[in-house]
Amino acid sequence: MARELQIREALREAMNEEMRADENIFLIGEEVAEYNGAYKVSQGMLEEFGEKRVIDTPIAELGFAGISVGAAMNGLRPIVEFMTFNFSLVAIDQVINSAAKMNSMSGGEFFCPMVFRGPTGSAGQLGAQHSQNFENWYANCPGLKVVVLSNAYNAKGLLKSAIRDNDPVIFMESEQMYGLKHEVPEEEYLIPLGQANIQKSGEDVTIVSFGKMMRVCEEAVVALAEKGIDAELIDLQTVRPIDYKTIADSIIKTNRCIIVEEAWPLASISSEISYMMSQMVFDHLDAPIKRVTTRDVPLPYAPTLVDAFLPNVERIVQAVDAVMYR
Amino acid sequence: MAKKKPGKQTYIDWFRMMMLIRRFEEKSAQMYGQNKIRGFCHLYIGQEAVAGGLMSAMEDGDKVITAYRDHGHALAMGIDPGAVMAELFGRVDGCSKGKGGSMHMFSKAHNFLGGHGIVGGQIPLGAGIALAEQYKGTKNVCFCFMGDGAVRQGSLHETFNMAMLWKLPVVFICENNNYAMGTSVERTTNVLDIYKMACAYDMPSEQVDGMSCEAVHEALERTADLARKGEGPTFLELKTYRYKGHSMSDPAKYRTKEELENYKKVDPIEVTRKEIIKKKWMTEKALDELEEEIEAEVAKAVEFADNSPFPEPDELYKDVYMEDYPFIVE
Repeated sequence: MARELQIREALREAMNEEMRADENIFLIGEEVAEYNGAYKVSQGMLEEFGEKRVIDTPIAELGFAGISVGAAMNGLRPIVEFMTFNFSLVAIDQVINSAAKMNSMSGGEFFCPMVFRGPTGSAGQLGAQHSQNFENWYANCPGLKVVVLSNAYNAKGLLKSAIRDNDPVIFMESEQMYGLKHEVPEEEYLIPLGQANIQKSGEDVTIVSFGKMMRVCEEAVVALAEKGIDAELIDLQTVRPIDYKTIADSIIKTNRCIIVEEAWPLASISSEISYMMSQMVFDHLDAPIKRVTTRDVPLPYAPTLVDAFLPNVERIVQAVDAVMYR
Repeated sequence: MAKKKPGKQTYIDWFRMMMLIRRFEEKSAQMYGQNKIRGFCHLYIGQEAVAGGLMSAMEDGDKVITAYRDHGHALAMGIDPGAVMAELFGRVDGCSKGKGGSMHMFSKAHNFLGGHGIVGGQIPLGAGIALAEQYKGTKNVCFCFMGDGAVRQGSLHETFNMAMLWKLPVVFICENNNYAMGTSVERTTNVLDIYKMACAYDMPSEQVDGMSCEAVHEALERTADLARKGEGPTFLELKTYRYKGHSMSDPAKYRTKEELENYKKVDPIEVTRKEIIKKKWMTEKALDELEEEIEAEVAKAVEFADNSPFPEPDELYKDVYMEDYPFIVE
């Protein structure tokens, strides 16, 4: 049986189910307990699990990220909520230098089974410091896994897998998507990390994306269909590791590929995929891969500038036209 | 409640451990000169009383974490000197399989949660280790060591605040050897008494003679007991001194010979040796024999390290993830 859940509800269900099953899992972060979550993801969790397992922190990301890494080294399984990943930058030392390194530099003596989760990317007119994507920053670092949800179904299935994973997982959400509703089965399911999802199959062109941009891509796929173009749409779901094979197989079928990413272009996930596809399926490509990213600037406040900054349907359609030489 | 004052066996154990660390570190310097040890290497010589006091004050199951000057703590936690030396040599039988090196000694079996290389980075980790003990309802504590350089990091303040708020069972211990690399305490702050930094968080704190095993032992045991009883953290400033430079590449030109000589007059190993002889717990001859035994143990550690192979190249991809992972290889 499927019912519709908001993404925030799907995330909450994932945490609740896992926390009921394993007493060593706890949720920690700013406003997660008494306030029920800055975006209400953790609504009701304090009531069910108590203050031992749903822990409000002061505004001290470096401190509570590090405390959580220490707890993970000593047998617990923390879920660390960043109110946004923009704030994770003051904690990034503990993510990169501690969590991601512990297994390797201790020769396997200690490991960090934990999740760092929270929203990524822009969410309207929030200005330059609250509108950034660091998926590629974290994806660059060995020792981490990086997941980006795009709907309520994968929100739940991926978060459950992330919580059960024995490595540190960066789990990225979106402020603008918490209220979106999608079908979610009643029965338990997991979505494995590291596997892309072919959201719509098609014959003419491969569109690769992830996260909030999947919504824009879905609209673009409809617009392309109206022009008679049958696009295949791939949701990466995990950006470390990346499921290169699913992309390559798709290109072997369509011979054309564009990548849509909410992030600055240099050294992005799209650059990485372009390189790997040039290695794996160069002979199958009928055109150079194109990408649609955010503009290469900090995001300003004015609505006209937000529109000019973000990938949109028009730019995606243009990129498809370009790789199809139309 | 005051515990029994350390007696004969404790003093002998202290002498033994401090002498082991001293000779081990002297050997490390020698091996560094022979290029058998590479990379950064920070010696513990001069600060041995801290490791001695830790060894006797801790209880089974207590956890320890420190920064990169970690050979002394590793030995005090009972890791075999051969495994520590093999780690310095980068060999497979090192306590971190040759993947950590001087700065990253670890041993789960010995409750040693490492040697950490980012100054101050281990402070929140130590509080988190304590949070896990509290969460699991044990009576164990975490001893979280740092240098006088680390107390200038923001991580200390964030951690002190939360550790007090949550009454975490952790003892924060600053080994103040007066130099953050080449910068003296006086050149980094107006608050020269480091222990006073805890006052901002209403955390109990005090200054301790870090050149005395007995003083270190007493302070650690007493403050750990508070933590075990649920009364929360303490911050101890142990006044100590390193005889060598910050690392192997540092000639320590920023301090005077007189300053160094003054500290050597209160050398913890000499002080302990004199006390043992004065109390007639051991004769001078017996102590000399013990010293020879320790030198033989260190020689054996070097032999063990020398005989251990370097890791095979395929080790590169191990211990990065807990399960199979599709690494990018080209």
